[in-house]
Amino acid sequence: MSNRIDVKKTYKLFINGAFPRTESGRTYEVKNAKGVFVANPCLASRKDLKDAVVAARAAQPGWNKATAYNKGQILYRLAEMLEGRRAQFVDEIASITGVSKVKADKELSDSVDRLVWYAGWSDKISSLSGALNPVAGPYYNFTIPESMGVIAAIAPETPSLLGFIDVIAPIIVSGNTVVVLASTKAPLSAMSFAEVIATSDVPAGVINILTGKKDEIAPWMASHMDIDGLDITGLATKKHAELRIAGAENLKRIFSFKSHDPARILAFMEAKTVWHPIGL
Amino acid sequence: MSFYGLVDGTDASLKRYLDALPGVDQVGADARAAMLATRSIKTTSKRWAIDTAISMVDLTTLEGADTVGKVQALCAKAVRPDPTDLTIPSVGAVCVYNDMVATARTHLDSIGGHHVGVAAVSTAFPSGRASMAVKIQDTQDALNAGASEIDMVIDRGAFLSGQYIDVFNEIVEIKELCGDRAHLKVIFETGELVTYDNVRKASFLAMAAGADFIKTSTGKVAPAATAPVVLVMLEAVRDFYSMTKTRIGVKPAGGIRNTKDAIKQLVLVNETAGPEWLTPSLFRIGASALLNDLLMQRMKMDDGYYASPAYVTID
Repeated sequence: MSNRIDVKKTYKLFINGAFPRTESGRTYEVKNAKGVFVANPCLASRKDLKDAVVAARAAQPGWNKATAYNKGQILYRLAEMLEGRRAQFVDEIASITGVSKVKADKELSDSVDRLVWYAGWSDKISSLSGALNPVAGPYYNFTIPESMGVIAAIAPETPSLLGFIDVIAPIIVSGNTVVVLASTKAPLSAMSFAEVIATSDVPAGVINILTGKKDEIAPWMASHMDIDGLDITGLATKKHAELRIAGAENLKRIFSFKSHDPARILAFMEAKTVWHPIGL
Repeated sequence: MSFYGLVDGTDASLKRYLDALPGVDQVGADARAAMLATRSIKTTSKRWAIDTAISMVDLTTLEGADTVGKVQALCAKAVRPDPTDLTIPSVGAVCVYNDMVATARTHLDSIGGHHVGVAAVSTAFPSGRASMAVKIQDTQDALNAGASEIDMVIDRGAFLSGQYIDVFNEIVEIKELCGDRAHLKVIFETGELVTYDNVRKASFLAMAAGADFIKTSTGKVAPAATAPVVLVMLEAVRDFYSMTKTRIGVKPAGGIRNTKDAIKQLVLVNETAGPEWLTPSLFRIGASALLNDLLMQRMKMDDGYYASPAYVTID
């Protein structure tokens, strides 16, 4: 029989490498699969999104300039840190979603593997999709993919950790920075993942995490002039058209994905073509 | 010189005048400034505040790397902050180093910016460490080049070592030089004055000596225009008005980078000095990055979605 008082964790946002509460002061209730109260995460507002975009924009040039090798190392570091906190994540996933510990453990393993897989792509993606183009003249003509800038993303509801990693890893591995809205019903693993990020040498502002309602935040993501691309994988298909219309106003690239593959990385990259005279 | 009848120009009278000032309640000033910073300004009030703040900006470039081209671009931006929206007011003035004054004045006049002033930072800005002869020549240069506002720095070393009369006499001399040709703004560099008591003393000293404006900082030293310091200065101009019926202007400069900060300053002005001070002739904000954020907030209010820095000019 213990006399200790429960130490409950406060789930906050993750913006610019810090853990602020939402500026709105709002929270919402998260319950587990059995309907029992678990936590009061932040209900982020559009102003939190605005702040996160400012942080992501400021961080982007530095992150983009890091070598592919370094970016790969940092993603691998995320995998290392996640592996070290296996027990905590398995508990969180199992308690919120109601899946068995065995299934939760499998999701954690898949998440770590997925991070390692994307880490490997950092120094290979430009070889895969870049090209030396044949041109009719004394020039070398290269096409190289480059990062797009600030990307917003809506993580799928489930699986809450693996789905989250599948959204952020392909975006940041190429040098983009990301503002991601975590699963609404199961945001805890994303918010605990913020602690992994904070201890993995990911520069402040490269990954920014919000928790809240998709219907409230997604339209502001689509219309924001300073977000270059939007991943709407986590949004119901019937909402896609509306967001694509809002995003068309500012030429935002909007995609949703079904699986993990290198196309996910390339979706948020832009091709740059360089002409270089031969013999100079 | 009458100095509003407050002092007679002697060291003894100046000491008496400054010693009679009550000390500043530091905790109270911090708390009052923090409380006023929580005011929420929305919709039409925010719209008014943004436009008012734009008209109060002293658009500043004080870099060793300033070029004629950069100053001209700054002037163009001062007259039309966003060329695609003619409803946006011009800023109050452009603020440049002395050698760029002629460039700025000529360019402003050539693009229809007669109403935008040129402020010159003089008297061995930013340190103020030069002989009086040099400071006078410096100011004379700026006036000859067409400056309509002189931003002078005080000798902080003299002030901190208690030689108030030296600081006083310098301001008097520069004021005489400016005459009717230019407004005189006196920069305290509050980050170096250490205490709020000193800020209050410097304020009353400068006002009695003939300053038209009192200005917090050069922008080269941190901390610069913190809210409590601006509060103390606004209280000083308010009290000076009740003593002399003369309204002195206030210019916070340095560290005011976004719309939220600017609106906090306007709230401070309204609640401390009073609404009479909410005009560019009595309140200015020295800034460079602020204007872009004001423009972006204005776009957001017009368009209904967040703006991008890619759609405003860099300088």
